[in-house]
Amino acid sequence: MSELTSNLMGRLTWDAIPFNEPILLWTFVAVALGGVTILGAITYFRGWGVLWREWITSIDHKKIGIMYIILGLVMLLRGFSDALMLRAQQVLSFGNSVGFLPPHHYDQIFTAHGVIMIFFVAMPLVTGLMNFVVPLQIGARDVAFPFLNNFSFWMTAFGAGLVMMSLFVGEFARTGWLAYPPLSGIAFSPDVGVDYYIWSLQIAGVGTLLSGINLIATIVKMRAPGMTLMKMPVFTWTALCTNILIVAAFPVLTAVLALLSLDRYAGTNFFTNELGGNAMMYVNLIWIWGHPEVYILILPAFGVFSEVVSTFCGKRLFGYASMVYATVVITILSYLVWLHHFFTMGSGSSVNAFFGITTMIISIPTGAKIFNWLFTMYRGRIRFEVPMLWTIGFMITFVIGGMTGVLLAVPPADFALHNSLFLVAHFHNVIIGGVLFGMMAGINYWFPKAFGYKLDPFWGKCSFWLWLSGFWFAFMPLYVLGLMGVTRRLSHFDDPSLRIWFEIAAFGAGLIALGILSLIIQLVVSYRKRESLRDTTGDPWDGRTLEWSTSSPPPAYNFAFTPVVYDNDTWADMKKRGYVRPERGFIPIHMPKNTGAGFVIAALSALGGFALIWHMWLVACVAVATMLIAVIVHTFNYKRDFHIPAGEVVRVEGIRTRMLASHV
Amino acid sequence: MSVGGGVVAYPDGGGAGHGHGGAGGGHGDAHAAGAVHFTLRGYITGFVAAVILTAIPFSLVMGRPFGSSGITAAVILAFAAVQIVVHMVYFLHMSPKSEGGWNLLALLFTVMLVVIALSGSLWVMYHLNHNMMPESMQNMHNMP
Amino acid sequence: MSETTFPIHESFVAPASRAEEAVSPRAAATAEAAPQFYLTHEHHPENGTLFGFWLYLMSDCLVFACLFAVYAVLGHNYAGGPTGAELFELPLVAANTSLLLLSSITYGFAMLEMQRDRLRMTLFWLAVTGLLGAGFIGIELHEFAHLVHEGAGPQRSAFLSSFFTLVGTHGLHVTFGIVWLVTLMVQSAKHGLIPENRRRLMCLSMFWHFLDVVWIGVFTFVYLMGVLP
Repeated sequence: MSELTSNLMGRLTWDAIPFNEPILLWTFVAVALGGVTILGAITYFRGWGVLWREWITSIDHKKIGIMYIILGLVMLLRGFSDALMLRAQQVLSFGNSVGFLPPHHYDQIFTAHGVIMIFFVAMPLVTGLMNFVVPLQIGARDVAFPFLNNFSFWMTAFGAGLVMMSLFVGEFARTGWLAYPPLSGIAFSPDVGVDYYIWSLQIAGVGTLLSGINLIATIVKMRAPGMTLMKMPVFTWTALCTNILIVAAFPVLTAVLALLSLDRYAGTNFFTNELGGNAMMYVNLIWIWGHPEVYILILPAFGVFSEVVSTFCGKRLFGYASMVYATVVITILSYLVWLHHFFTMGSGSSVNAFFGITTMIISIPTGAKIFNWLFTMYRGRIRFEVPMLWTIGFMITFVIGGMTGVLLAVPPADFALHNSLFLVAHFHNVIIGGVLFGMMAGINYWFPKAFGYKLDPFWGKCSFWLWLSGFWFAFMPLYVLGLMGVTRRLSHFDDPSLRIWFEIAAFGAGLIALGILSLIIQLVVSYRKRESLRDTTGDPWDGRTLEWSTSSPPPAYNFAFTPVVYDNDTWADMKKRGYVRPERGFIPIHMPKNTGAGFVIAALSALGGFALIWHMWLVACVAVATMLIAVIVHTFNYKRDFHIPAGEVVRVEGIRTRMLASHV
Repeated sequence: MSVGGGVVAYPDGGGAGHGHGGAGGGHGDAHAAGAVHFTLRGYITGFVAAVILTAIPFSLVMGRPFGSSGITAAVILAFAAVQIVVHMVYFLHMSPKSEGGWNLLALLFTVMLVVIALSGSLWVMYHLNHNMMPESMQNMHNMP
Repeated sequence: MSETTFPIHESFVAPASRAEEAVSPRAAATAEAAPQFYLTHEHHPENGTLFGFWLYLMSDCLVFACLFAVYAVLGHNYAGGPTGAELFELPLVAANTSLLLLSSITYGFAMLEMQRDRLRMTLFWLAVTGLLGAGFIGIELHEFAHLVHEGAGPQRSAFLSSFFTLVGTHGLHVTFGIVWLVTLMVQSAKHGLIPENRRRLMCLSMFWHFLDVVWIGVFTFVYLMGVLP
């Protein structure tokens, strides 16, 4: 009987639940209460049917994009709570005081902070934005593989779920967000933490890879007639290059994590200290993935800024062709710089010099983009809407971060600054100043398209100024500390003269917290004032690209008739040349059906992941086998689409006609 | 001889909606059938070439006519590269025309990355091992 | 503030008289300036399945590239244990290679039959391919079992870890291919060679040939070069 139990339960016991850790216990209570409230509310309002039919099983790229962004924002709260705890610990723990986080807890927090922010905040936000916008910008009805899109989302969501579970059942990795061996190997991390890390990333990674394939195929195959590559909006170009990077980089992550898991589960010797293993190979391979990853995060943000700058300056983007070339060059060069993440590992001067030079070269196309944005603004009629504010904030902030990057690209400098707080300041500078500001700009810009009303500008501006000032207060001190030689990931300090810098940083974190609070308030207030913020025309910003030709929100089929494209800034071109919206002649529209298969298969994979983490071999086998069967069964379903009847299109377009007429 | 044709080259525009009628997208059927045309001759040619390109390396290694293993290694690697191209052309119908050139572009990009990852890793790891591992590489072979 | 009051372009408002123009392409073209900004018939974008699958194969190529890189770097770390020269039996590898290469041509025959709309012959050649593939896997499993029995399992050294992982991953792919092949045989038998099934068979064709390409790398780089001194 106990053998069956151990096969069934693996190493999962009651000890895994942190009853004796008050922070976790009370977090769990809060989450449980919040969860019960939400579930109860859904039940009370009889929302389960709607939730399942309209959202969970939806293959509509717009809904999937929205779900990705919701996931990213929710996980931002978790990742930021981790950040607050880290800041608090570092400001308290000097000399005799040890703060409130023992090292083994602190280490999990900085690991989780990094993993969550990169994989479950930044990636979902970026993916969600691309999912929502790209089909609309190219005049398509959906992505190339709508079912796969739904599946990809649920794989990412369940990956996030596994990370969240580690908070309450077991623990998380204590290795830093890249989990270098030998520390992450079975000898030095025998507990479940690294396994949670591995399986949540493998599951989310599959979703991301498939999403990459999906979007490339969409952009290559489904552009509206007349939209040649050089007539695509810049955001679509950056989306194309981003997804090429995804398809080219994520397989490496999959392979490396698989090798690490073989070391942990099967006793192989890839990265061990003995029997011929070489831990440096892990570092090498993971950064071959890791560097393209950061470009995956930033390129969509660059795309957002291009759209925002040209819209809010009322001008065509300056230097479209050079923007495209710069993006393509960045895509290719991002594969030639990875070693700058481990200059100090000992590859010597010839290798270091090569990669230092390539790293400096890759900053040039980004510089070209900044100039193009500035030249677009020059002699434009700038409207300081919230997205434009985020863009200007980005330009100032990101440029500093980029410059510290070029500084770090010099190997001798990096020898002094590697793994110091200077490095931490640099990458937060570019990720917050670049990616996060870009996502905020994008969310404010496209929110009216997605939901039919603008976001409240006052709270948007509050959020912006709090984030901008908060970022500077939080991270400029870290540059100073890094230059003074302070190492990263420390939970205790002995030199009291450093404390003032941490206090300033904590103050900055507090401002950012208020910025996040302002974002939440903005969402609530905007919803409540939505009638006064209503976007009736579908084009609230006098936009320039095709998505602004649809209603807000667009109908399920996006375009009643497929657009024909003649020039860049297609919608601006159409408006200039006397486009008249058709009001009749509608035909039935061919659409894919919703399906629950993606959710089910992803859930099974998460169950399998959980079982593998806890060595519940029987459950793992059953989960994986069921997953395979579910996939095969799904392929037997050949009836995956339907036609929206012409009458329905007439009805929906009629609503829009009346809305447009009422606006005059 | 048909070396496995490619898809009708579409102009670098988006969909096939320029009034191509049936040759355009259809519900995916007319397109797929007219897409790539396989011939028996193509497959047999590829197969025979592959057999030869496999047999020779095996006999070179098993028989060892060359004294130096460096030369043998270089030769069999070259044969492997050629056979991969044979497979690509005759079995996978790789051509600059398939999918409007995108298939070839994707392949070339991937090959470039594979070369960078492999040669880059070898170069980097060689230096790292040389500078950072406790013994010389010779002794590493026998370290327990 | 100028936030919510934009001048609304006239084209948003469509008075009834202008609606007529919008429908007929010829009328609009002959009218005056405004070109035809949309298609009035149903638009079918090109099917992206084959291209998307090719992209997946490219990503799979990179997974194998990683495994090859690991094998290249760690492949001489014998840790005092057995080397490739001591372990590899080239005749067996030659047999394996022949089976896989044959299965490639038999899949090609299946595609030719599919092109000629002959369902039964397609299924026949698919079955032959599957059997050859199963033979390949059988020999490989036998080889692995033998190595483990001799104490040369994947835990013995980094060389053996990389060997088993690279060759084993390829074998796992072939196994999935066989499962997929059987599934497609059932689906083709059930529904015939409809366009959907043809697309799937084309995808499996690409997958199968791709695995043969990877095997060229494996037998050259791992086995043949492993045996050379």
